[in-house]
Amino acid sequence: MSDSSLFQSLMHSLGLGHSDFNGGIHPPMHKITAAQASEVSPMPPVLIVPLKQHIGEACIPLVQIGDHVYRGQKIARADAYVTASIHAPTSGKVVKIEDHRIPHPSGMGLPCMFIEPDGHDTIDPACLPIVNWRENDPDLLRERIRQSGIVGLGGAAFPTFIKLLRDRHHPVHTVILNGIECEPYLTNDHRLMLENTRQVIEGMQILMHVVQAQKAIIAIEDNKPDAAEAINACLSKQRLDLTVEVRLMPTRYPQGSEKQLIESLTGKQIPAGKLPLHVGVLCQNIGTTKAVYDAIAEGIPLTERMVTVSGDAVPKPKNLRVRIGTPMRFVFAQCGLEDFDDIQILHGGPMMGEKLRSADIPIVKSSTGILAMHTATMQSVHKHEDPCIRCGHCSIVCPIHLVPNLLADHCRNNQFDKAEDYHLFDCIECGCCSYVCPSNIPLVHYFRYGKGQLAQLTRERRFADESKARSEQRERRIERENADKAARRQRVRAETKPVLDGKNSTENDGDAS
Amino acid sequence: MAILSLGGFALVAGIILAIATRAFHIEGDPIADKIEDMLPQTQCGQCGYPGCRPYAEAVASEVAEINNCVPGGERTMIAIADLMGVEPKAIEAEEAIPMIAFVREDECIGCTLCIKACPVDAIVGAPKQYHTIITDHCTGCTLCIDPCPVDCIDMLQKPELIEHWSWPLPDTQRSRIGHQRRESHQHV
Amino acid sequence: MLIHISSPHMHGGNSIRITMLTVMIALLPATIVSVYLFGWLAVLHLCLCIGACMGSEWLALRLMGRPTTPVLDGSAALTGLFIALILPAAAPWWIALLGSIFAIILGKQVYGGIGYNPFNPALSARIILLISFPLMMTTWVVPMHLGGSALNLYDFNTSLQIFIHGIQSIPGHLDAMSMATPLGHVKTAATQGIPVIDALKSYDYNLLDAFLGSEAGSMGETSALALLIGGIYLLARHTITWHIPFSYLITVAVLALIFSSIDPNQYAPPLFHLLAGGLMLCAFFMATDPVSSPVTPLGQIVFGVGCGVLTWCIRTWGGYPEGAMFAVVLMNMAVPLIDHYCRPRPYGRKT
Repeated sequence: MSDSSLFQSLMHSLGLGHSDFNGGIHPPMHKITAAQASEVSPMPPVLIVPLKQHIGEACIPLVQIGDHVYRGQKIARADAYVTASIHAPTSGKVVKIEDHRIPHPSGMGLPCMFIEPDGHDTIDPACLPIVNWRENDPDLLRERIRQSGIVGLGGAAFPTFIKLLRDRHHPVHTVILNGIECEPYLTNDHRLMLENTRQVIEGMQILMHVVQAQKAIIAIEDNKPDAAEAINACLSKQRLDLTVEVRLMPTRYPQGSEKQLIESLTGKQIPAGKLPLHVGVLCQNIGTTKAVYDAIAEGIPLTERMVTVSGDAVPKPKNLRVRIGTPMRFVFAQCGLEDFDDIQILHGGPMMGEKLRSADIPIVKSSTGILAMHTATMQSVHKHEDPCIRCGHCSIVCPIHLVPNLLADHCRNNQFDKAEDYHLFDCIECGCCSYVCPSNIPLVHYFRYGKGQLAQLTRERRFADESKARSEQRERRIERENADKAARRQRVRAETKPVLDGKNSTENDGDAS
Repeated sequence: MAILSLGGFALVAGIILAIATRAFHIEGDPIADKIEDMLPQTQCGQCGYPGCRPYAEAVASEVAEINNCVPGGERTMIAIADLMGVEPKAIEAEEAIPMIAFVREDECIGCTLCIKACPVDAIVGAPKQYHTIITDHCTGCTLCIDPCPVDCIDMLQKPELIEHWSWPLPDTQRSRIGHQRRESHQHV
Repeated sequence: MLIHISSPHMHGGNSIRITMLTVMIALLPATIVSVYLFGWLAVLHLCLCIGACMGSEWLALRLMGRPTTPVLDGSAALTGLFIALILPAAAPWWIALLGSIFAIILGKQVYGGIGYNPFNPALSARIILLISFPLMMTTWVVPMHLGGSALNLYDFNTSLQIFIHGIQSIPGHLDAMSMATPLGHVKTAATQGIPVIDALKSYDYNLLDAFLGSEAGSMGETSALALLIGGIYLLARHTITWHIPFSYLITVAVLALIFSSIDPNQYAPPLFHLLAGGLMLCAFFMATDPVSSPVTPLGQIVFGVGCGVLTWCIRTWGGYPEGAMFAVVLMNMAVPLIDHYCRPRPYGRKT
């Protein structure tokens, strides 16, 4: 529940006051790693690189077992549109390609490439920086970003180049840099803003050039004043403070969600089913911006990311720069955690992250953080579900303005048509409703169940329609073939009859003669 | 006067009805169409009818029972029961795991008999060539198994895709009780 | 147990028990005032109602073969507290007992227990009692604070005798021990054709007494101040939102203002309405009962306005002097409809 005063909530409800998103919560932030400089993680004995690390289609491997690869060499090609290619995180040998668990709530696996580092970490000679990117065509830069396999590093892993497409009808006037990081525990973007300020700002300039935007806003939550200071100092040094504005936002979860941040900054809501560019903005995460800088100005594709390793079971929590594909067990070992008895691993923050079933899962592009929690902590959170007392707190905190308790009832009762009518698919699964629920109802879980079932129903419906079409086509074909056959038979009969008659007649003639 | 006015009213009503019949005329049997839309279109014939359309027509004309569609399972049966306004019936056959057919190509002799049997044209191949089943098109109806003279077609479990995985219901007592109650209502 | 658990993996720590405890704390001022005004009678009623509610909840759960842990979640105790506060002090023990059993069994458990009752259990119990035992439910003991009462309620034995045998068992004239509520007085006067202003004058009505609670009425309803303090506490703790109480009170005030300025002889003034009867208790505690009120902010405003209109109409034109409880229960019936039509506009959608 929000701490805003009665007056403020009154103003909100009447649509007055400063623009801000509705709802939200104030969870304890636990940003224990915020003041600590990040470290570079050593190379693990083997890297496990999943061949699909983004929303969209899987990639096709380009190298074979036994091949030697360089760091940054493309090892899997993306054919479909919504996809991002995969690059070798370091130089070494491809040992095998087989199914391995990936960070996914199902605990299922996907084809992964196992690479044994050779210790040299040689960068692919084909990786060349575009130093004079300011003079370059935006489309070329976008293609480089696409080829570098960059996806949203804030957790959603949506291919970045799609957000950079330019639409003549919807020109982007503002680039928003999302330095909010509202998830508890996570501090990787915070550290990037402090340690790689120049790179982040140049990355932002590249993004502005690609979409031809004139303005930029860097949004930072007011619990990171040092990051804002560092950015401001860097901006004034580069004389950018006229075009770029640094905005300190009130600390409130989920301020960092793209939709909510855009509403807070511009007062505009992205129409349902549309993209941020429809309100003229481009929103990028800090980590993604740094990756864009690396890809353009350094020429290195996305092979490394900053990961927050934290949680109440980690002895030495810290931020690590980790190569994609490093097994989590190895990463946790850097932070002093070796024994995983009675410990639950979360991939991402505690509000939106997934619980994983094993520590032998690799870090992927979307790994903002990995948290190790004591089982007792988790059990105290996921308690017995009581009946809903309809207190309405979920509706108050919902940043999408849904009615979570009624929506969950529909999902629980398999009334999916009603759930859709209550805008189930608008839910961003931020978890505010479950967080405030006095009855401990796992509302988000019900929504995920409902979404999955609805998707399954849609798939089955489509398959049934296709099968029906094929079956009808087959029946028509058989009918046509039968008709053809009948016609041919008739024709043959019509043609052969006189001959037979003639033959018969000759025979008869013969007999007669 | 009374007779006249009543007669006039009857006439007007009759005309309106006649126009309405014309205006809202629907071709075919709308109930059969609706039922057909609910069926999984596997064309498997397990209901005893040669395809989904004939079964839908039989159910619509109340010749066939509503619980004969095996691949559709309980969900389809309940949807049909709702539409027809009848009580749901238990399904005798056990709900099967989704399967697809698979040809062991080294044993296939290329006889094309399975191609002829497939109701959705999901098998490709020419005479004397190996036949292959298009896994995305196979409905798992098993109609190709019997015609095969060398018995080289297996039914395999449909591979589970990570993209198609969906969250189960929360494992809480409340969601379990709700489902148990619903099921006991349906089977009464 | 922890195989498929979905995010979020954090919880704010709120629970049903905490919510119920907060409401009970908010009712503390009103409870103290009731003990101050009605002495041991209030204490006896409080103990009996809370005990009977928890007992019947336990019994109902046992009979249904359900876990009996919800007895301790505080909701039954809260219902008991509510019932004690809305009873007239002179009601004998069996009325309190019947009311508690009605509230828990017919008002709550037959619908499936906590979270499923369409009506506020305490209010439905009061309506059942009022209709079944109209005389006993409208005999109002003169509060201790008002001088001239023939009864000493601070004396345990007197209180116990009233509690067990009813007020008739006390020797003395009934009129000396009881008095009408302001609402009841105005209603009776209206049926006799006496203008409101004269009726209030003859009652010796004064707004400060009504605000502080020195008047006849149900044990917990008399002091508007104590209820207001509790209501503000609930608002500050975010247990309730402003939507229902404000829209409810404003509607009653606006209606009363309009009509009393048209014809002050026939219609009572707004402040009289706001401070009289169970309006404050209903607005801050009964209408905001989470289970039986709408969940969406807009729905809550519609609900509050509906309660206000009904309350004022029943008080002004109805057969009963007090209409707040009927209004809330009637509006409870409309909650599913209100919830369906008053959904907020989701982010990024037009309608």
